[in-house]
Amino acid sequence: MSNTIFDSKRVNPALDTMARAIREGADDGNDIYMIGIQCGGAKVADALQHRLKKSAITVHRGNLDISFYRDDLDTVGPNPEVRPSDLPFDITDKHIYLVDDVLYTGRTIRAALGEIFDYGRPATVKLAVLVDRGGHELPISADIVGLSHQAEAGQSVKLITDPEGWYIKQRRVKR
Amino acid sequence: MKSLKHLFGIADLEREQIEYLVNLGDSFIDINRRPLKKAPTLRGKTVINLFFENSTRTRTSFEIAGKRLSADVINISASTSATKKGESLLDTGQTLAAMQPHVLVIRHSLAGTCEFLAQYLDNTAIVNAGDGAHEHPTQILTDLLTLKQAWGSPEGKVITMVGDIAHSRVARSHLLAAKKLGYTMRIVAPRTLLPAEVERYGCEVYHDFDEALPGSDAVYMLRVQTERLTDSCAFPSIREYHEAYGLNSKRLQAAGDDCLVLHPGPMNRGVEIATDVADSVRSHILAQVEHGVAIRMAVLTALCGGQAKERKTGSRKKLPDEAMRAQGTLL
Repeated sequence: MSNTIFDSKRVNPALDTMARAIREGADDGNDIYMIGIQCGGAKVADALQHRLKKSAITVHRGNLDISFYRDDLDTVGPNPEVRPSDLPFDITDKHIYLVDDVLYTGRTIRAALGEIFDYGRPATVKLAVLVDRGGHELPISADIVGLSHQAEAGQSVKLITDPEGWYIKQRRVKR
Repeated sequence: MKSLKHLFGIADLEREQIEYLVNLGDSFIDINRRPLKKAPTLRGKTVINLFFENSTRTRTSFEIAGKRLSADVINISASTSATKKGESLLDTGQTLAAMQPHVLVIRHSLAGTCEFLAQYLDNTAIVNAGDGAHEHPTQILTDLLTLKQAWGSPEGKVITMVGDIAHSRVARSHLLAAKKLGYTMRIVAPRTLLPAEVERYGCEVYHDFDEALPGSDAVYMLRVQTERLTDSCAFPSIREYHEAYGLNSKRLQAAGDDCLVLHPGPMNRGVEIATDVADSVRSHILAQVEHGVAIRMAVLTALCGGQAKERKTGSRKKLPDEAMRAQGTLL
């Protein structure tokens, strides 16, 4: 059984708020380097970039697929759909925004940080997520959160990028 | 899709598994181009390269692939191994397996070596890095990745393979893959370098190189393997072979402007391929070498993935009489 926990009327303003927070956090004249985690995070990063275009700030975009940095290869095997990582800029000494759709255990973010540091040494990394669903298992929290929700451990929370409007769905899964 | 336990050859793979390995390889290309070429994917895994035949590129490629994914890689070559002291293949295999590696990469001059060892080594994934004139799966997966980059999909394309088909494990793997993936293999060789009844693979057979060229989407040149030719009657002379079966720029023109040139290496310039062709923009030979590392990363990752479920403590298997006899013959 699945139900919508946030419809597009909640998701769109949340994206606006996130974009505003990123713009306010940027120093004048500074470029923003935004890295989306494949594939939900990349879509959220695209949406944020679109919103930031209206301001004077230049946004550089990159994407990461963290499949090769996960800690569960032994138990689940390699991901059948791996997308190439693509960071078209040098990240050394840059202020990076790491963007994901849903923050849950924090393991994806840990893996993404590992991969980012294999590309170079950024000045700072901030985390922006569309939904924080609770249940963190690592000392990782987001700097910018669009929507907050407390989901139980047996629930899966997903961003659905319907062309009619994005929404967040919750569904019970086997653990 | 069925998960992979070993990689013996294209013969055991379904189309879906071939495409999965090629796609996985594609996503590893990027790691090899970064300034810091290291990912933690195979941390804590041990890979042993056991090479009974000489090899530089394949062994190096496996070694780099394992090391860039943080695995511990050990190389053993037959000239330094206990085989020289009279140990049988099976004893060497069981001894190494007792050290609990995750993957054993094997090259041997006898076809079927990997399947044979896999029956007795429970906890170790085995990769065939070339067994006699049988199969060489990681080379053909590499070729398929190079073709994927150039064409998207090999379906409906014509690959013309020229040279010593009889002794080529790459040729055999391609003939098997062509059927599964829907491309056409055109093979060109003098009769002395063709295996008996090669037509049963469903390929087109030519003895005249110039006749086979028009309509080819790629020309795949094979090295003349002088070390495998047991007699010198296969062709009269190197110069004559080059005249009839060597790829030069004039021949390449006949194949059309979009025709790619492939070669599994090492090349013999002036024998099967002319220097100007080998160094031309249409040559994808160095891309093949680069993709070889990515494919071997994919193969090691696919075989190590999900191993936690299957690994159990190993014990020496009692060998049936048949295997004891086989040991003697495989020495």
